[in-house]
Amino acid sequence: MSEQPQVPPAEFQSYYGKPILKVSRWREPHLPAYLFLGELSGALAVVGAAADATGRRSLARVARVTAALGAYAGGAFLTAELGRPERFLNMLRVAKPTSPMSMGSWILASHSGLASAAAASEVTGLLPGLGALAGAGSAVTGPLLAAYPGVLFGNTAVPAWHEAHREITMLFAGGAMTAAGAAGLAASAVSPDRRDFDAAWKLAMIGAAVESAAGYGLETRPGKSGEPYRTGNSGRVLAAARYLTLSGGVAALAARRSRTAAAVSAALLTGGGICAKVAVLRAGKASAADPAYVVASQRPAEEPDPAMAAPA
Amino acid sequence: MTANRLYGPLADVSGDAGYAEHPQRVGFFTDTSVCIGCKACEVACKEWNALPEPDGDVLTLTGMSYDNTGALGSNSWRHVAFIEQPVPANGHAGELITQQPVDADGATRWLMASDVCKHCTHAACLDVCPTGALVRTEFGTVIVQPDVCNGCAYCVSACPFGVIDRREDDGRAWKCTMCYDRLRGGLEPACAKACPTDSIQFGPLDELRAVAQSRLEELHAGGETQARLYLDDPDDGIGGGGAFFLLLDEPEVYGLPPDPVVTTRDLPRMWQWAGAAAVVLAAGVAVAFSGRRDTA
Repeated sequence: MSEQPQVPPAEFQSYYGKPILKVSRWREPHLPAYLFLGELSGALAVVGAAADATGRRSLARVARVTAALGAYAGGAFLTAELGRPERFLNMLRVAKPTSPMSMGSWILASHSGLASAAAASEVTGLLPGLGALAGAGSAVTGPLLAAYPGVLFGNTAVPAWHEAHREITMLFAGGAMTAAGAAGLAASAVSPDRRDFDAAWKLAMIGAAVESAAGYGLETRPGKSGEPYRTGNSGRVLAAARYLTLSGGVAALAARRSRTAAAVSAALLTGGGICAKVAVLRAGKASAADPAYVVASQRPAEEPDPAMAAPA
Repeated sequence: MTANRLYGPLADVSGDAGYAEHPQRVGFFTDTSVCIGCKACEVACKEWNALPEPDGDVLTLTGMSYDNTGALGSNSWRHVAFIEQPVPANGHAGELITQQPVDADGATRWLMASDVCKHCTHAACLDVCPTGALVRTEFGTVIVQPDVCNGCAYCVSACPFGVIDRREDDGRAWKCTMCYDRLRGGLEPACAKACPTDSIQFGPLDELRAVAQSRLEELHAGGETQARLYLDDPDDGIGGGGAFFLLLDEPEVYGLPPDPVVTTRDLPRMWQWAGAAAVVLAAGVAVAFSGRRDTA
């Protein structure tokens, strides 16, 4: 797809330059923190099950405990984000496939339950069979928890979110692997026996590759709707996220031999993941605040958007 | 799921929402060509619905002509836009519209339009609401139940018109109810009742569409070639509005999106993509664990 101006600037009209859309009420640090902790928990649940199945006991233990803590901490940030936090349970009043937040609430509720059951069994040694079963269940809810926020952002009227839903979803899936890898790297930096953690640094590198590729996809998104990902404050934060994630991925190469490298890599990857979430939130706010983005995305001169094609 | 639940024409919105028996779908036809900018609709709405004052200083002057309301929001459910527009020397010949305020030299025309919630056939706010606080009424309108809303603010970003918003001192989302209480009592909404020129017309949607069509033809015949109906078409991106408009210029001149599409149209493909991303995640972990355990 060739890049071309979608609306000649001279023809752009607006009502005193006022926004057509309302700028999102979602806040920092609440929403980015929730996104980061949710995907961390989601990916760590899968790591816990895989580590358990392959006999990496110390990694399984760290992963399961952190997965449970991450789910609860994420849920706390999500609740604090509400205008009426005391009505959090209204989220479970209905189940609506048309509402990614409804689906996400059910996923988070199931995931928290399964992850904490697995962690409780891991820590106490009680009911190991049920604990493994819950751990396996959380390995199913985990990827869903990490991937659904892409739909949460995509299913809005905000051009930078709606039209880039594929890149955002992949950014979060990659970010989930990176976050889980970083947690394993951090644990390996202080663990007496580091052999179990080989999978963590491999996962960190895979995640960093996927997250960076998706971030690059956002920054180079053709057309007007991608502009907030390469310009302004949101563009700078996304660029920072990519530098942090890439350098963290490179540092993970040395994590096997060096505890310091493991710790540095974990910090860089975590910082990159959090910056990426902040960048997506800010890009959406910039996209909603300027009526030019809305008009550009709706004028018939625009080419059909490849993002709306079904996944291959 | 039946056809057109997410997108496209939907003949019976209330029936689709589960009402076995229900009154006719009602709506607003706002004919901006006869709006005189009196803001009686804004006042009547605030009075009837006991709306609190907007955030900030109510005495602030925006500098946007006579518009000191600014936009629709949680505390402003009708908003009258004022546009002072230069008219080309040889353009704008419509006899009917020249009755609007025009400068002595004829170089400026004044567009005025009372905006309101569109009560979309496919309402994104309703689709994305996770608590079921937003519901379709038996009249085919869309309302928020204040006793259910937990203020997640998802609807705020989903609305393609920037209508619904959260009151920060209250924590919940608010918007036009089309005076649901008055409708239940057999009355017309306060704004339509107060409008002195019938710029705001209330009634069964089918009848309003017919009225709007004949008014459009009248204006076109009178030379007002830029007149157009907005959101009257059930084949548009929101399945047609429960509130629709006759405009005298491009929608964006009034602060309206030119061709809004309900975001949920694309939702099935977004879920598919999220499924693919979840598989990528699981595969990534599988690859990371695929080698032999490190024995170094």
